[in-house]
Amino acid sequence: MSDMRYLHRADLPTLFSAIREAGYRLIGPREETGQGGLVYREIDGVEDLPQGVRDSQAPGHYRLVKTGSARCFAWANTASAIKPYLYAPREKLWRAVRKDGRVHFEAVEREAAKTAILGVRACDLAALELQDAHFLQGAYVDPYYKARRERLLLVAVNCTHAADTCFCASTGDGPAAREGYDLLLDELEEGYLLRVGSERGAMIAADLPLQPASAAQQAEASAQSEACARQQQRALPSQQRLQQLDALLEDARWTRIAERCLSCGNCTAVCPTCFCHREFEVPALDGKSTEHWRDADSCFNEDHSYIVGEVVRHGSRERYRQWMTHKLFNWVPQYGRIGCTGCGRCTTWCPASIDFVLEANVLLGLAAAPEVELPHVDGSEAAE
Amino acid sequence: MKPANPYLPWEAEIVDRIQETPDIFTWRLRFTDREVARQYGFKHGQFNMLYLYGVGEVAISVMSNEGEELLHTIRAVGRVTRAMMELKVGDHIGVRGPFGSAWPLDVARGKDIVFVTAGLGCAPVTSSIKHVVANRADYGRLVIMQSVRHRNEGLWEPQYDEWRSLPDTQVLLTASRDKTRWPHWHLGRVSVLLDEAQYDKQNCVVMMCGPDQMMADTSRTLVDLGVPGESIHVSLERNMQCAVGHCGHCQLGQHFVCKDGPIFTWPQVAELMRVKGY
Ligand SMILES: Cc1cc2nc3c(=O)[nH]c(=O)nc-3n(C[C@H](O)[C@H](O)[C@H](O)COP(=O)(O)OP(=O)(O)OC[C@H]3O[C@@H](n4cnc5c(N)ncnc54)[C@H](O)[C@@H]3O)c2cc1C
Ligand code: SF4
Ligand code: SF4
Ligand code: FES
Repeated sequence: MSDMRYLHRADLPTLFSAIREAGYRLIGPREETGQGGLVYREIDGVEDLPQGVRDSQAPGHYRLVKTGSARCFAWANTASAIKPYLYAPREKLWRAVRKDGRVHFEAVEREAAKTAILGVRACDLAALELQDAHFLQGAYVDPYYKARRERLLLVAVNCTHAADTCFCASTGDGPAAREGYDLLLDELEEGYLLRVGSERGAMIAADLPLQPASAAQQAEASAQSEACARQQQRALPSQQRLQQLDALLEDARWTRIAERCLSCGNCTAVCPTCFCHREFEVPALDGKSTEHWRDADSCFNEDHSYIVGEVVRHGSRERYRQWMTHKLFNWVPQYGRIGCTGCGRCTTWCPASIDFVLEANVLLGLAAAPEVELPHVDGSEAAE
Repeated sequence: MKPANPYLPWEAEIVDRIQETPDIFTWRLRFTDREVARQYGFKHGQFNMLYLYGVGEVAISVMSNEGEELLHTIRAVGRVTRAMMELKVGDHIGVRGPFGSAWPLDVARGKDIVFVTAGLGCAPVTSSIKHVVANRADYGRLVIMQSVRHRNEGLWEPQYDEWRSLPDTQVLLTASRDKTRWPHWHLGRVSVLLDEAQYDKQNCVVMMCGPDQMMADTSRTLVDLGVPGESIHVSLERNMQCAVGHCGHCQLGQHFVCKDGPIFTWPQVAELMRVKGY
């Protein structure tokens, strides 16, 4: 761990200026009214960081709590992941122009802005790796995703505080980041431990007033991380155990879940690994050209599995089963691991408070079904 | 052939158009870019994404690729395909492809060949029937089984008569909802034809397309009759937006039908097709 350095909290602004000077626009966690919690948005300086703020999460519930601490990263995760900065929820793919009876196709050449994201969590980094596998490492490369991915700088921060919905320790993705970052921070009481993960990160680190990290500081960081893992109350069974869901596709439990599921698609919208999208046309009013777009889509939508004459997954039972089995075992043959990195967002943002981890455990006979299975209606529990 | 942007279609011109039935038409297409035309090559069973200006894209099997021309047979069933039926010779469309897996015509050499199709979903096998017919000596017996609801839906009936006259070839047709029995026609579903089909169960390749239920039922029956599951191939249809494994719509269990399929061996999908609405 000789490569660990220390940055005093008072010097945190130098990280901002080093990133800016390298030509990146800076995205970070900030409290945004109307977004229901922390979100990744453009930030100007340290004053925009959520200092002294913690998140309280539960199924169907997200609230920010003031703690008065000097820490800026003592929360678990944001409402939306970093996914929208790579895989845009809505995007123009190409344009067709009609002229003299012919049709000309023009790709949208997207000059992606150099983007730095500060405060990235281990679960989201792991999810990004899965999105890379999906959009970049198959037979066909997505040029839109690629353009943004190549100009990305990731400054990850290890978690010190787990929400009640977190379970990244059980998926092996957190709370400490293992790889995939350019810079990695551990937030301590007085400042930050910093590790470099790439050439790009090293260039930024070279501009910072770093000091050697003491053994005591390193011990503090490890202790925090271990405590954060221990704090997690939920756990997904092992990948091998999850494989047994394959034999439970007709289990009665799916119907019990469907009685509560609204097929709203919130879970797929907030999930950092979901990749589904639909394509559509936006013809120009003058009739001379038309644009071809794509929009994030969800397997909870009726048209997701529509083929002439039928909707293959016709109800919530079939759709929740698709969502869970895709995440928890069909992803394995597709991309070599499960498609869930333990962020807990699908559970937090479910309006019917369906608990993803609990349901997987109930299906596998590892947990008892809760006695009361009605959606939360208590107003004070609603996300703020 | 892989373009830098897999979402961007190439322009193609409709050089000929045949109205096969009131709602089925065939297009003969030519890429306007000669280089694209020269490089394009497909394997039987693969499909293209055909794009109609301002309306959208649909997955359509490649019928043939003769010289520098492409043949597609399309049934007008909805928003995109109905609008496509309005196009005339000389109009231009967009084409991406070819995509997906192919029929095992190479491994099938020397073996008996069995085609099973139902409904009008026969487009994906037609190109491969034509290939076997054109290279008749390379294969063993040829059995073509087709079921439709009504005989008047039987596309290309003259062609069936022609195939019937080939050596070691059986063409078995059935109409599931007709009352009258016509010469060469049976009444009922595909299953009624299976008894009559003559082929070497241990040394055949079966290629099938049609509704999921028909393919599942027929495959199970064939396995019961002694045909190894690995010898049975089915062509599946799922909603397709991108055709390049990105949009997620075509998933069936672990498979992306657009890239792992549309053609699968029966054991790859047998368990999945047992689960309703999966
Ligand atoms: C591999 C493959 C090969 C095919 N080959 C042929 C062929 O050779 N000839 C032919 O006539 N038809 C073929 N089809 C079916 C054809 O794609 C659909 O009939 C067509 O998409 C219907 O589009 P629509 O807009 O007219 O209908 P709508 O009912 O308006 O459908 C709306 C949209 O849903 C999607 N969709 C609906 N049905 C299907 C479907 N069966 N498969 C994929 N997406 C669908 C499409 O995006 C479509 O635009 C094939 C399908 C697949 C998957
Ligand atoms: S499935 Fe749920 S917990 Fe897992 S990565 Fe997606 S949103 Fe997070
Ligand atoms: S199928 Fe459903 S669970 Fe899987 S990636 Fe698509 S939206 Fe997400
Ligand atoms: S059609 Fe988009 S993933 Fe298969």
